[in-house]
Amino acid sequence: MSGAATNGSRIAGRFAALKQAGRGALVTYLQAYDPDPATSLALLRGLPGAGADLIEVGVPFTDPMADGPSIQRAAQRALKAGATLAGVLALVRDFRAGDAATPIILMGYYNPILAYGIDRFCTDAAASGVDGLIVVDVPPEEADEIEPQAKAAGLDLIRLVAPTTDDARLPRVLAATSGFVYYVSITGITGTRSATAASLEQAIPRIRQHTGLPVAIGFGIRTPQQAAAAARLADGAVVGTALVDTLAGSLDEQGRARPETVRQVLDQVRGLAEAVRDTANRVA
Amino acid sequence: MNQLRPNSFRLSPDARGRFGPFGGRFVAETLMPLILEVEQAYEAAKRDPAFDTEWRRLLTHYVGRPSPLWYAGRLTEHLRQEAGKGRGAAAPEAHGAKIYFKREELNHTGAHKINAVLGQILLAKRMGKTRIIAETGAGQHGVATATACALFDLPCTVFMGATDVERQQPNVFRMKLLGAEVMPVTSGAATLKDAMNEALRHWVANVEDTYYCIGTVAGPHPYPVMVRDFQCVIGEETREQVLAAEGRLPDALVCAVGGGSSAMGLFFPFLDDAGVAMYGVEAAGRGLDTAEHAASLNRGRPGVLHGNRTYLLQDAHGQITEAHSISAGLDYPGIGPEHSWLHEQGRVQYVGATDAEALDAFQLCSRLEGIIPALESAHGLAQVIKLAPTMPRDSIIVLNLSGRGDKDIFTVAQHLGVKL
Repeated sequence: MSGAATNGSRIAGRFAALKQAGRGALVTYLQAYDPDPATSLALLRGLPGAGADLIEVGVPFTDPMADGPSIQRAAQRALKAGATLAGVLALVRDFRAGDAATPIILMGYYNPILAYGIDRFCTDAAASGVDGLIVVDVPPEEADEIEPQAKAAGLDLIRLVAPTTDDARLPRVLAATSGFVYYVSITGITGTRSATAASLEQAIPRIRQHTGLPVAIGFGIRTPQQAAAAARLADGAVVGTALVDTLAGSLDEQGRARPETVRQVLDQVRGLAEAVRDTANRVA
Repeated sequence: MNQLRPNSFRLSPDARGRFGPFGGRFVAETLMPLILEVEQAYEAAKRDPAFDTEWRRLLTHYVGRPSPLWYAGRLTEHLRQEAGKGRGAAAPEAHGAKIYFKREELNHTGAHKINAVLGQILLAKRMGKTRIIAETGAGQHGVATATACALFDLPCTVFMGATDVERQQPNVFRMKLLGAEVMPVTSGAATLKDAMNEALRHWVANVEDTYYCIGTVAGPHPYPVMVRDFQCVIGEETREQVLAAEGRLPDALVCAVGGGSSAMGLFFPFLDDAGVAMYGVEAAGRGLDTAEHAASLNRGRPGVLHGNRTYLLQDAHGQITEAHSISAGLDYPGIGPEHSWLHEQGRVQYVGATDAEALDAFQLCSRLEGIIPALESAHGLAQVIKLAPTMPRDSIIVLNLSGRGDKDIFTVAQHLGVKL
């Protein structure tokens, strides 16, 4: 089996296994290097044990257009701590040394990838143990920018589907997607508001009509209850801003990690994971 | 790949909104359907003669177009004398081009911005949008948008970097008088780039009823081409006016570039006239070789920001760096994608003017021509001051005097150490 297939299948394999277990995935998002590389690595290493099924690693960027204030500030902290794309890949390599199973998805913006070099980035990301990419500002219309290189390296290219993505457009977006579909549940930026259950109950079947890929719901999922509901309705729930807020709240006045930072964030992940797993038990 | 020089510079962008490799639509999926909707609506509007008629009616009777082409006689004479001094006794009268000003500063609201704003607001009405948002740096685009929104009875929110709110108080007050809400943006360096980030974020959250009126030839397709098309009224008028005055085309066009809408508007109708040289003037801040400037073409490299691929000020890791200019309107780390293409094609020469050169030009123009130029336009003027003495006497330069400087008198006073 080629390396490409191995990488690509880590995401698919995880979703398939969870389906077997009768539950959806908890997908966590934290920004790499927030607030420093050592804390970031400790968090990353602790996430699977706390119940994260897939891990999104945010790549810091100065101008995160789709992100709300919490993640903007996380990016500023991370950049101040010296974050670079090369540094983020090193972080993933360190994580992979101790965990061969948990899928890692890098989420970020295009310009740092461009600066790194698209070909080299895709090769290095795959070699570092990255399984998939979410490049927020590369829509299907610009997919030829990165799709061939990502495919060649065996990286899944996970696309966002938004409430504004209409039925005419949906097949085009989904055709360019692999790994899973990330449903942006609100028209808005990260961490600002939450979708209603009714709107999600309409949206997810609409997407499923067009794809057999797993669907994860993100943007605006903060509480264990919301995560459980989203994971039940779809195949996964992404929680980002709520974790970033906890992390930010644990820092000292200078924005440095305190001894309890890692524990507080991982405790929250445990709470989310329990809710997501409880759902499975109840359904079963 | 060999790069062929195109037969025409006036055929871009392509269907993907690309000017060569530049431009495009690099936005999140939430915005993508909306961008496509704007594009369709704009294509339909272009084919509708009634749309053009209404826009031109507003330009004539509300904006006061055509704006005059003014022969800047005293400035011309002054620079001829300077040319003479510089060359000693050797043919002092042989040099010093004739300088014309395209007087966009006489437009209603005091700058070229209103040309494209009125076009976009008419488009927003056609699309059934009921709210307008805009970003602004110097405040000129914000004032123009607030003005058009007052005229068309549309609620208007203008995003403005907190730093710019501070240094452009008169325009902030103008926007408020016109009924607009001004949202100070505190993220990043709190200038134009951050205002644009925030406007895009707000738009994503309000896609149903809101139209984003972008102030320059940047952003995702179709904005760069649409804003250019509307601003081309500047170059089209200039062409007619200079032919009427001189019986021939100018030898050089000069315009300051931040995002570059006034420059595209002047340059585009002349792009295929090989005899017309063009100079885009970037803000060189404290100097091109310092860290404080806004010269994305001279000192940046291609990247993707705000929906398009273009030259950007960025570090080795692709993080966007802060721009600096005395002029809030030029204080942007990017530039319209068409300028990036024209730069690489070599059709337009992009040069720099420092804060100090702009300040000198600002004062010289005020004293010699009785025209207080915007600090943005003063950068263009600084290039004219360098260029005219090197050109023969019978040659012609047209400067786009894109805005008036009333808004800048506080900034200038501060730099000159004058307390108002």
